Amino acid sequence: MYTVSNKLKIGSFILMAVGLLGIAIGFIGAPGTVEEAKAIVASHDDGHGGGHGAADAHAPAAGHGDAADAHGEAHDASHDEHLLHQLQNKPWAALYVGAFFFFMISLGVLAFYAIQRAAQAGWSPLLFRVMEGITSYLVPGGIIVFVILVLSVMHMNHLFVWMDADVVAHDELIQGKVGYLNPTFFLIRAAIFLGGWIFYREYSRKLSLRQDESDDNSNFKLNFRWSAGFLVFYLVSESMMSWDWIMSVDPHWFSTLFGWYVFASMLVSGITVIAMVTIYLKSKGLLPDVNNSHIHDLAKFMFGISIFWTYLWFSQFMLIWYSNIPEEVTYYVTRIEDFRLPFFGMVAMNFLFPVLLLMNSDYKRINWFVVLAGIVILSGHYLDIFNMIMPATVGDQWSIGIPEIGAVLFFAGLFIFWVFKALATVPLQPKRNPFIEESRHFHY
Amino acid sequence: MASKTIHAYYNDDDVLMHAVKKVKAAKHHIEEVYCPFPVHGLDKAMGLAPTRIAITSFMYGCVGLTVAITMMNFIMIEDWPQDIGGKPSFSFLENMPAFVPIMFELTVFFAAHLMVITFYMRSRLWPFKKAENPDVRTTDDHFLMEIDVHGDEKELTELLMDTGAVEINVMEKNSH
Repeated sequence: MYTVSNKLKIGSFILMAVGLLGIAIGFIGAPGTVEEAKAIVASHDDGHGGGHGAADAHAPAAGHGDAADAHGEAHDASHDEHLLHQLQNKPWAALYVGAFFFFMISLGVLAFYAIQRAAQAGWSPLLFRVMEGITSYLVPGGIIVFVILVLSVMHMNHLFVWMDADVVAHDELIQGKVGYLNPTFFLIRAAIFLGGWIFYREYSRKLSLRQDESDDNSNFKLNFRWSAGFLVFYLVSESMMSWDWIMSVDPHWFSTLFGWYVFASMLVSGITVIAMVTIYLKSKGLLPDVNNSHIHDLAKFMFGISIFWTYLWFSQFMLIWYSNIPEEVTYYVTRIEDFRLPFFGMVAMNFLFPVLLLMNSDYKRINWFVVLAGIVILSGHYLDIFNMIMPATVGDQWSIGIPEIGAVLFFAGLFIFWVFKALATVPLQPKRNPFIEESRHFHY
Repeated sequence: MASKTIHAYYNDDDVLMHAVKKVKAAKHHIEEVYCPFPVHGLDKAMGLAPTRIAITSFMYGCVGLTVAITMMNFIMIEDWPQDIGGKPSFSFLENMPAFVPIMFELTVFFAAHLMVITFYMRSRLWPFKKAENPDVRTTDDHFLMEIDVHGDEKELTELLMDTGAVEINVMEKNSH
């Protein structure tokens, strides 16, 4: 049995407290009126010289291009109103990106776990308890994301412009999508997705624990069937979730491989966290049967899925860049103009770095190498989610400051606390999994 | 210089693996092992130096990437400037996304093909090459371990018998 060390517990509480403070500062600092918003932007200009002044000269973010065409007083007023909304969105968007990112890690691990179960993989059963521990965060993480979505529907924020009846009334493109993209159906879908994922997680965990105590393999077989069924449900629901929760912040824009793209991001982040948690537990002298071949396999997945992510990122980018259709290309124009550093920095962190670092077979077995690559991959995929949400919600007013870092720290603390609490409830090694011997002798 | 060579035959890869470990433990030098298929971990058990083919593969990949960049720059930008996707920038960097698939493919092409050719050359496999394996059964269902005899021949034969060899031939050494 594993008990959470006090250091880790206190560390996670400190992360949560500091994070909560950062989130609170973000919300308190958000402007209430147009004047305050202008004052904030003006004070930034003093601080940074011309940097932000140049950004102000740009047209407002995608979807508001028509407003920029108007001239004179009307334009100024609508621009200021828009600025206010962007700044009011900022703490919300920071919170949402952080909440979704850590939720996405546990969902990615759940998909990876279901694949292992459905494939009856022989190498991984030793890591099942670790994976189940990480997926335990699905419940609090999912509820938090759901609450943020409900608050968006209740107009507490303007993350999703299509929820604003006023916007829809003047927007024919959104009107055409109202049958699907309306607040009620949106929340019903979210509830179905979350319900399905959480149900599978809890049920599969129950079967997995019951298998340890039983004297036949019926629980294992039942788990296999549920896992295969879950994967079908997951691939459809994950794709729709990515349209709903992420793509719809840009309601005019669409990409047909977006679901896959988000899937690659969550899978690689999830596998990275499995590797990091395993290495941490091993460093405490736990999981004695996990050898460096297991770490090697996880690192191979980190390497491979990083390239898979890049492939999807580039496929999406190149087609849109090449065809240059205005309503599509605006998505990347915004990102390249206003988000140049996080946009290209993310490609370096998610592709170049893992490719060069993990290419050598021997490095995939060196723990600190895997952890180092893992930290860069996780930061890169945080930036990936950041780039998905921020351009449409805060536009060129983005920054990575106190609210953003606060949200990351808070959810990191919660994630660590919850995951390790779940890990401490049951023995870390499954006893009666039919493949446990194979996993124990796994050798590459 | 040993004048005699022993050929020990095995018909199972697991038995062969154990035999190799035992023979190595008894401090005999295994000249070569002939297998009908690659046996996982045999190189480590025999104590062969790690392969360097991955390094050559990486270098070939870099060559491929360079060839692709140079070629696309010459064809599409310098020699006959192309208006790609309605964006007549005529700059390599700004048109780079359109070249990425070619850069990727040529990297893979060079790495894969040159690595295979390197492997053949390093294994001394070229056209019209006479087969080096001493027994045709090693291309079907038998494994052959070749050991030079230093010292007691009988003791070595017994050791090999113990490891589960199905046939043992002692022969005068002849150069290939």
